[in-house]
Amino acid sequence: MDKKLLLFIIAGLAVSLTLAMVVSPWACSAPDGLEKVAEDKGFLDRAAAEPVWKASLMPDYNLPKVQNEAIGTAWAGFVGTGLVFITALVLAKVIVRGRKGSLR
Amino acid sequence: MHIPDGFVSVPVNAVTYGISAAVCGLAVARGRKKLQDRQVPILALTAAFIFAAQMLNFPVAGGTSGHFLGAMLAAILLGPLNGLLVMTVVLAIQALVFADGGLTALGSNIFNMGIVAGVLSYAIYWTLKSLLPKTRGGFLAAAAVASWFSVVLASGACAVELAISGTSPLKVALAAMVGIHALIGIGEAMITAAVLSVVLASRADLIATAKIAIKYQLAGKVG
Repeated sequence: MDKKLLLFIIAGLAVSLTLAMVVSPWACSAPDGLEKVAEDKGFLDRAAAEPVWKASLMPDYNLPKVQNEAIGTAWAGFVGTGLVFITALVLAKVIVRGRKGSLR
Repeated sequence: MHIPDGFVSVPVNAVTYGISAAVCGLAVARGRKKLQDRQVPILALTAAFIFAAQMLNFPVAGGTSGHFLGAMLAAILLGPLNGLLVMTVVLAIQALVFADGGLTALGSNIFNMGIVAGVLSYAIYWTLKSLLPKTRGGFLAAAAVASWFSVVLASGACAVELAISGTSPLKVALAAMVGIHALIGIGEAMITAAVLSVVLASRADLIATAKIAIKYQLAGKVG
């Protein structure tokens, strides 16, 4: 990877982490579009009381054990941004390697 | 508009899981041929940025919030099928780690926010881009308008799924979902245009779908 591209990636990651960790605790906590429609149109109770997948580490972008919500959200932002970056990187690398393998 | 478990019926989720899996398979197959080495870190960064930006709910009218979706941004930066891979990674991790969107509804969420908002809405961007002047302004306008449509169309798809599932009558769900997302879409358009203008100013060559914009930037530099 050339140096300029590496710098761009690092800068982009810094911006993303700042958004996810520093700005996100101030995000609006009102229900989102779908949730609000579900409330207004009377089908919010259709949502499962418990999610089908119960192994979520940080439900609702918070750490169940951390009292301070801003710290929980910042931590969730850090873990999520990092995890998404690494997962997408591995996926893309695997896809590209698939091509190189078939060329040989 | 992440659908939780319970809103959408098993048959609807089965169909959307099937379609989403098929189109993602197509995206992987095409990526094998077309994804460039230098696009690999860009794809990862785009996914990370979209995850982070999706955490930032902004207030819209009447005690409702909205957040950035990013499907059109990803499609413009990387091409529509690579963009779908980005959205799929983001949505899967949101469902599995953060309980944002149900696992049973993941197929529907990928269909709405990845395929409808990205792959299908990309046609709007493509059409506008070819109609508008081949300038920075024309490119950003095409991106902004297509971003608005991508959110509104995704919310429409969500309403149709709710209706087929018997959760809410189509007329009611469609009017309410499209109504509120017409407002949220304005935020989407602004954020997409802002991010693209930053990328355009710093690394225009990274935008896979806007060769015109690069030419314009280079011309601007020379002039």
